[in-house]
Amino acid sequence: MIRIKIAVCIKQVPGTTEIKIDPETNTLVRQGIENIINPFDTYAVEEAVSLKERLDADESFEEEVEVVAVSMGPPQAEEILKEAISVGADKAVLLSDRAFAGADTWATAATISLALEKLGDVKLAVFGKQTLDGDTGQVGPELAHRMNMPFVGYVSAVEEISGNSIKVKKLAEENYEIVQVRLPAAISVLKDINSPRVPSLRGKMKAKKEEIPLWTAKELKADPDEVGLAGSYTQVVKIFTPEMVHDVKMIEGSPEEMVEELFGKLKELNIV
Amino acid sequence: MHYLLTEEQQMIVDICRQIVDEKVKPLRAELDESKEFPWEAIKEIARGDLFRLFIGEEYEGMGTGIFEVCLATEELSRGDLSVATSYAASGLGLIPINIAGSEEQKKRFLPPLAGGEKLAAFGLTEAEAGSDAGGIRTTAVKEGDHYIINGTKQWITNGGEADIYTVFALTDPKKGVRGASAILVEKGTPGFGFGKQEDKMGIRASATRELVFTDCRVPAENLLGREGMGFLIAMKTFDESRPAVGAQAVGVAQGALEEALEYSKVRKQFGSPISSFQAIQHMLADMATSVEAARALVYQTARLIDSGAKDVSRLSAMSKTFASDMAMKVTTDAVQILAGYGYMKEYPVEKMMRDAKITQIYEGTNQIQRNVIALDLIKKGVI
Repeated sequence: MIRIKIAVCIKQVPGTTEIKIDPETNTLVRQGIENIINPFDTYAVEEAVSLKERLDADESFEEEVEVVAVSMGPPQAEEILKEAISVGADKAVLLSDRAFAGADTWATAATISLALEKLGDVKLAVFGKQTLDGDTGQVGPELAHRMNMPFVGYVSAVEEISGNSIKVKKLAEENYEIVQVRLPAAISVLKDINSPRVPSLRGKMKAKKEEIPLWTAKELKADPDEVGLAGSYTQVVKIFTPEMVHDVKMIEGSPEEMVEELFGKLKELNIV
Repeated sequence: MHYLLTEEQQMIVDICRQIVDEKVKPLRAELDESKEFPWEAIKEIARGDLFRLFIGEEYEGMGTGIFEVCLATEELSRGDLSVATSYAASGLGLIPINIAGSEEQKKRFLPPLAGGEKLAAFGLTEAEAGSDAGGIRTTAVKEGDHYIINGTKQWITNGGEADIYTVFALTDPKKGVRGASAILVEKGTPGFGFGKQEDKMGIRASATRELVFTDCRVPAENLLGREGMGFLIAMKTFDESRPAVGAQAVGVAQGALEEALEYSKVRKQFGSPISSFQAIQHMLADMATSVEAARALVYQTARLIDSGAKDVSRLSAMSKTFASDMAMKVTTDAVQILAGYGYMKEYPVEKMMRDAKITQIYEGTNQIQRNVIALDLIKKGVI
């Protein structure tokens, strides 16, 4: 029985959108903030598991499908990999090494692509649209480029999937597009795509017992110049909350007068 | 609070809590109004493996005990009693198969119930046979290798939505109660129909319908155990499931207490939150104490049953009676604490009060339970 894999790439992020910057080091304050699975990634995991269930139910599809959750992060990122198993991922692997630290999206994509190559038989890589902390949405397309496979982003539905192609509905600027690409491919998904399931009892028990392999730079045979800070072409120099400048003008008069003045101002600013 | 749960038991509570937060609370007010069956919540409960708590490992269940069922039921009841009842009633409907089913029957019927792909229901009550369950008149006449069932069951939870029905009928009317048998009937069997969905005071999203049997032919191999065993099977089923009704009551009371507590901290009158007034504080204290006491009694009963203890009828009756009477009082007090707002449908407590009432009535009214307790006391003494 041939085994093919759906890899779902997830990230552990600080559980808040209220970014507090340490004024001295210009980096994120992570203390006292709970770590969670990146919210968009829960939709990616659900989609990967749903696609496996769809293929399993398809009598014409003979291969066995395995969903593997992959994450690059510090050792505690194991928590989100266990969460992925509790909702249906078959296996997980953690990519963790000091050498991976300081990676930008390109170096991250490099590291993850090594992992997918090591896993072998990965027909589909699924990503969440973007992360809470990075917001770039770039690791997916960069990984696809490195692995020479097509990437489709902003997927709101997988219409068809077979052994060698996938047809998806993706959100474009002002409309939806239906796109079909050959497999292997990578996609990133929106929140509209599904409703993530709650963990099952057996899933939680499996996750608890599961020993998740940790792959270091050595196991991935990573070139030190391609991963971590060394492999990064970009560097985050500064994160800051932009200063909000308010210019307040109080409009006075009777309700009719106020409305007229307000309407005039909005017209001036081309808002109406 | 810590109830000495194992990690696995805590997982059950966590999963139910997540289902309540994500799938139950957002929909409960709407479903109460529309009386629609809470399929979305039930499907999630099935996916969570929670129907497996009723069934042994050999038949794709978890092989755990009634205690775990109580944990799940309590947690679901905190969210919505209609959902919890639909879940628990499926358990009630399948426990007879655990008790008296043959190997072949268990292999056939239990796995889809364990996976939640199918629901079960318990068909005993009739128009003339409520507390007096011995007064049932539905008959099952043997004809070759079939039983022909005629009669009507009333107020059956999950009626119309379930696929598998454990129906109690007289195979030998001359023997009265000793002539009753339990037979499995599947939805879709010709001659088996349903009445309209009842319009109820509470648990309105739970499906309650008549089961109507008109010359319904059922294969003889659907008989559970032997003819005449019907009553024993029913009583044994109730002994096992009764703590779960207690758990429902504890859950709905807990949910109401939480709403009342939150509200009291936020609602200000005379310049202070009402939680600073002694009258409210004493109400909250009494509510919390009685919820805790009921929970302790339910948990103790469930653990005793799971340990294999034989003589559990008295404790079982006590746990159901105490918890349900407590739940009615606590939910009423919760409405009182929310006062005017509590009376409005916009706030969840009036529904909890309407929902709680049924726990004093079904699965043996509290009056019958008191009979059971008293007779057992008189016969056996206090210990």
